[in-house]
Amino acid sequence: MGDLIFEARGASYRYPGARVDALADVHLAVPAGALVGIVGPNGCGKTTLLGLLLGTRRPTAGTALALGRPASEWRRRDLARRVAVVAQREEPTFPLRVRDAVSLGRYPHVGPYRPFAEADHAAVQAALERADALHLADRWTQTLSGGEWQRVRIARALAQAPEVLVLDEATANLDLRHEMETFELVTDLVRSQGLTGVLVTHHVNLVARFVDVLAVIDGGHVVAAGPPAEVLRRDIVERVFAWPVEITDWRGVPQIVPLMKRGEMAGRAEEQRGNAAARQHEQGAQHGRDGQRGSEDQRG
Amino acid sequence: MKRWPVLLGLAVLALAAGVAVGPADLSLHQVARALGGNGDTATLAIVRDLRLPRTLLAFLVGGSLAVTGAVLQALVRNPLADPYLLGLSGGAGLGAVAAIALGVVGSWGVPLAAAAGALAAIVLVYRLAVVADAVLDTRVLLLAGVVVGSFAAALVGAILALSPAEGLRSALLWLLGGFDGASWTALGIFAVYATVPLALLVRESRMLDLLSLGEEPARFLGADVEPLKRRLYLAASLLTAAAVAVSGIIGFVGLVIPHAVRVLWGARHGSLLPSAFLLGGSLLAAADAVARTAFAPLSLPVGVVTAIVGVPVFAVLVRRWAT
Repeated sequence: MGDLIFEARGASYRYPGARVDALADVHLAVPAGALVGIVGPNGCGKTTLLGLLLGTRRPTAGTALALGRPASEWRRRDLARRVAVVAQREEPTFPLRVRDAVSLGRYPHVGPYRPFAEADHAAVQAALERADALHLADRWTQTLSGGEWQRVRIARALAQAPEVLVLDEATANLDLRHEMETFELVTDLVRSQGLTGVLVTHHVNLVARFVDVLAVIDGGHVVAAGPPAEVLRRDIVERVFAWPVEITDWRGVPQIVPLMKRGEMAGRAEEQRGNAAARQHEQGAQHGRDGQRGSEDQRG
Repeated sequence: MKRWPVLLGLAVLALAAGVAVGPADLSLHQVARALGGNGDTATLAIVRDLRLPRTLLAFLVGGSLAVTGAVLQALVRNPLADPYLLGLSGGAGLGAVAAIALGVVGSWGVPLAAAAGALAAIVLVYRLAVVADAVLDTRVLLLAGVVVGSFAAALVGAILALSPAEGLRSALLWLLGGFDGASWTALGIFAVYATVPLALLVRESRMLDLLSLGEEPARFLGADVEPLKRRLYLAASLLTAAAVAVSGIIGFVGLVIPHAVRVLWGARHGSLLPSAFLLGGSLLAAADAVARTAFAPLSLPVGVVTAIVGVPVFAVLVRRWAT
């Protein structure tokens, strides 16, 4: 493998005033040119981990590196020229024209004063086309649907001309077609233009079909990381998501089928008892996490 | 609508109106001659030493308030923000009323006391809003501003209740805002002082675009959010404090002008701030002309005029925008 884009080495993070670590001793490597998925239940620490890797939070122990340097030591503008992030939620305070909203992606390059050059306008245009948002260019942002707004933000990220594209639950509001298009777009950028992609999502089945590496986070730990075929095992998935599942195979990629507790559990009475015990254990652990989840929600 | 011709045209019209009209009955010809240095002594004094500095000061203050309002609305991400929101009006009012109650005299006594009160409020609100690790929490900033403002208002009430009646009317009228104290000296001091925070704020136009998206997206697009917020807050507050010192508290301009510009021409700060400056300046210069002529020889507080003229216009704009 080549250089590492992101690397967590024994990284821990504890929110101020919290009694337990939101992330504890996390190890994770995102190699250059890879497409990496990060999944896990609500409040497991995904967003906190991204905060460490993107330098908006400083680890309370261990190190988190972005492009070979401690992530929180980057000047934001320098990092923004190389890493683009489409975050979970974003409400613009004042309406903008879509083209203006996308052109904000050029700010890390032009800085505070330099006027837009021809190349900057071209980059905005190309990004709009790439994200299938060109027909929206003259609309006001407050008139867009959730899916359209998300594509505009993806266009803005592309206008940054980044080496690394991070999508933090960015497809949560998208319908099937636009979600698939987004994943295919990111995959295409990774495969054909050498970008590195990080996808944080709840849609485990979908992301498993695209990524090289899937990292599963639970209770502040990376409990498994590797090719989806190795990671999406029944025991791991049931433990992490605290729900009975079957794993099926779709063209060599494991897919999770969550079971209905009534009727689909035949022949699993034995296991179910075992699972129930595991679940109880899990719920105990989950209570410990609730405090962190609160603080994570707060920062939205 | 073509933006710059309209705004520059309005600015020229407002400045011309400010110099052309007034309680003294001068013809346009007399005014024009006086501007060129010709005419009798009284006319020269009225046009060149009263109307001209007063109109220019109103324009500068109006522009400054509009820019400050636009910046604060982006900083706290709240369309209701205005320059006085953050406890400034309360602090300034307390300073002014206390000075009048204590019998401070001289044309600069009350303005300086008001500025001191505003500065005290700025420091207090800032201290309250800076939480762990020097993070300026803009939600706490809003709350602290309201709380400090209420506290100051309570003290103003106490002083007004306990002090003898003479001077109260002048204290209250002073608080309502106006340019009766305008002079070349006041204009000069304000112009020199205001240039620094205005330049600082305009420099941050692109960072304000980012900040309007929210702090997290702003960081990911390259803004150093914490130092940025502190710079913006201090520059905006210091500018407002100076405006209060020369003209009291003039409502409406800082709240509404930024919205009007956004409705007409969009929200990018690179053009929003200069546009707001021109439109806010034009509005206040024109409003001051109306304030001193409508009921001459009595004059209205200029804030009353800005609200009476501006609110209906703004209501129409917002309705049109919402549909």
